[in-house]
Amino acid sequence: MFSYLLRRLLATIPVMLLVAVFVFMLLRLTPGDPAAIIAGDYANDAQIAEIRSKLGLDKPLPVQFMVWLGNMFQGDFGESFFYKKQVGELIAARLEPTLSLSLLTIILTVCIAVPLGTLAAYRQGSWLDRGIMGFSVLGFSLPVFVIGYILIYVFSIQLGWLPVQGYQRISDGVGGWLLRLILPSVALSVIFVAFIARMTRTSVLEVLGEDYIRTARAKGQTESKVLMHHAVRNAAVPIVTVIGLSFAILIGGVVVTESVFNLPGLGLLTVEAVLARDFPTIQAVILLFSFIYVLINLAIDVSYTLLDPRIRY
Amino acid sequence: MFKTARRGLIKGAVAAMVMGLGLSATGTYAQAETTLKIVPHSDLKILDPIWTTAYISRNHGYMIYDTLFALDESGNIQPQMVDTVTTSDDGLTITMTLRDGLAWHDGAPVTAADCVASIKRWGSKDAMGQKMMSFVDSLEATDEKTITFKLNAQTGLVTLALAKPSSNVPFMMPERIANTPSSEQISEFIGSGPFVFNQEAWEPGTKIVYDKFEGYVPRSEPASGLAGGKVAKVDRVEWLPIRDQQQAVNALKAGELDYIEGLPHDLLPLVEGDENIKLVDFNPAGNQFTFRFNVLHPPFDNPKMRQALLYALNQEDFLQAQIGNADYYKACKAMFGCGMPFETDAHMDGLLESNFDKARELIKEAGYDGTPILLMHSTDLAVLTNLAPVAKDLMEAVGLNVDMQSMDWQTLVARRAKKEAIADGGWNAFITSWTAGDLFNPVAMAFLNSSCETALFGWPCDEKIEGLRDAFARATTKEEQLKIVEDVQGAWFEYPTHIHLGQWNQATATRSNIDGVLPTGAAVFWNISKN
Repeated sequence: MFSYLLRRLLATIPVMLLVAVFVFMLLRLTPGDPAAIIAGDYANDAQIAEIRSKLGLDKPLPVQFMVWLGNMFQGDFGESFFYKKQVGELIAARLEPTLSLSLLTIILTVCIAVPLGTLAAYRQGSWLDRGIMGFSVLGFSLPVFVIGYILIYVFSIQLGWLPVQGYQRISDGVGGWLLRLILPSVALSVIFVAFIARMTRTSVLEVLGEDYIRTARAKGQTESKVLMHHAVRNAAVPIVTVIGLSFAILIGGVVVTESVFNLPGLGLLTVEAVLARDFPTIQAVILLFSFIYVLINLAIDVSYTLLDPRIRY
Repeated sequence: MFKTARRGLIKGAVAAMVMGLGLSATGTYAQAETTLKIVPHSDLKILDPIWTTAYISRNHGYMIYDTLFALDESGNIQPQMVDTVTTSDDGLTITMTLRDGLAWHDGAPVTAADCVASIKRWGSKDAMGQKMMSFVDSLEATDEKTITFKLNAQTGLVTLALAKPSSNVPFMMPERIANTPSSEQISEFIGSGPFVFNQEAWEPGTKIVYDKFEGYVPRSEPASGLAGGKVAKVDRVEWLPIRDQQQAVNALKAGELDYIEGLPHDLLPLVEGDENIKLVDFNPAGNQFTFRFNVLHPPFDNPKMRQALLYALNQEDFLQAQIGNADYYKACKAMFGCGMPFETDAHMDGLLESNFDKARELIKEAGYDGTPILLMHSTDLAVLTNLAPVAKDLMEAVGLNVDMQSMDWQTLVARRAKKEAIADGGWNAFITSWTAGDLFNPVAMAFLNSSCETALFGWPCDEKIEGLRDAFARATTKEEQLKIVEDVQGAWFEYPTHIHLGQWNQATATRSNIDGVLPTGAAVFWNISKN
């Protein structure tokens, strides 16, 4: 197991290197000049060239790449072209909102989707099953920003129960922190509930048709025990895979939700950096997202051994 | 009975839990006494208002820095940090004395040496500052509070330039900070303005915080435009950039915010009629849409082709397509803005009226061969999006072949700096917008700069216009300056550098308990109270 983990971790190095090359080249090939953006509307050619030189953007691309890579190996992700702050600092400040939103969303999703999916499978063909699957289709079809605006209109503007926007750090009070995350996480969880409920239903349905389920019932076990101990447990591997991947997608894909609810997370930082062509920030954020993906995939693989004793590495 | 009691208990428990957690829709922040929460027009990224011309950095400058002179509501120059100004009989020595009580945010007194260093830094960066400095033989602090300019020729430009209202504004900084080369950004943000930048509370991209400067001594005159007493009437101002303007409106309606700078016109119906919200305009002089030519490449290397567009275009079509609401725009033929100090319609007869016959005649005379005109179309700045398609239609109506290419603003910004031929990534024209404060005279108007290589993108090159800009800088009376402005418009007709496409205004939305928004041309927060 340990050697497996080590192998997988070592394998991340070439993956991250490839991502680094790809991101670096992609950004340089994108039209747009950070120096011209920084200089502002009145700047003339000489002023823009001067800024370009200060940022090191006048050096040949391989030199720029090696400088960036060398600094990164020393834990230095560079300085934001615009904020004149270390990119590591910027990212650290934005991690909390994104992780908070992602964690709350995934908890909410799992708490709703797995029971719903299991119930739908258990009552296959019933009105309950159709209702849940109908909701699932609706959840897939509604864009998150539409759900967000509807929730804001009802709960913030009409009822005044919850704030419209903004984020409060957990260190400033758990209450305010939670209050500001309720609407975004509900809005965001709808699509994931729809997705994971469907996945759970399919997996549980498959297991419910297995011989050992029939045997368990024949032995006189209660339906709840059959469902929880035998069906859901054996259906867990694909469900956990989807939940893990959903979490990874959440961390990298909360841009719209962060934008609608004005949450200062990594998603918003990425959008701002892309629009401003803030190369060091974009590069670091994408590398971080890639690294999180790799780690979550690894965690999913490891979790298989806990869920299914037949799986060994 | 039991059920009711149990429900009551549950409610009580939930209420207790909620109170215990400190849940409340207004949050649990420890707040300053009076905090004004505003949504600026964009995020503040660069804190040096001399390094960049971005308006958001200029507005940040007005929060924490002060100026030697400022324009009042009527566009007249008034002393701000300066107490007295004297000019020698020969007009070649100008002496300024600083007023009493000026202090930096770190407590040190403001000295003439600080101001001299600040003027030099600004003068090496800003176009109007450079022009002013070309008249200066020496600039010295002759004592703690006296600044002395020795000029090589008479000019009315010194106080006019030092009162420049928009980017780059000549903000005063302590000498050690102002000694930073203008090619580098400053790293310490100490001013002598009415608010102090709270660097510790700054969360890039999320929140910018300014606290009232208790040591600020405002002028005794009432606030007028950017001049007069800058009295901070709130304890703290928080800038909270929100990308989604619809959400900003929702937050304003819910009372989470106090002020949204520059509300998009299509969102006005959402707040009009709401008794808790009022609409104000801090920039009554407005903004001007501008069509910019690149004179380096055919067909706009030929002035006749550019003149043809002066006849082909009309302002109403652009304003109607982009702003739509006639309360927020006006057609204005005066190059230097209607309602501005140098407003004149001289040499504008027959122009900007979509006289297609005259335009076709000029195009024929110019020998236009059908070369495609690359018109850059910005798609992500809502206030510019509809303009290029209107230009394309009008240009095609007079027989021009237009290749309109859509791109985001930042791509356009990078491309407009390219002098290369069209086939190698160059361009022929694009449309942008300027605030009236940037256009108010021939020296300030950057698009009029026709100094070839050192001119702004588009690179116009005309000795006559440059001569008139110099003459304007030398003029010492308003009458002289007005006469030159008329001549400038004549020279511009002969050699068009750009076309003004009409003036427009934008409302700012505030909660109804906010008072004292001044007509300054820039979003400033002194004089504003929250009742």
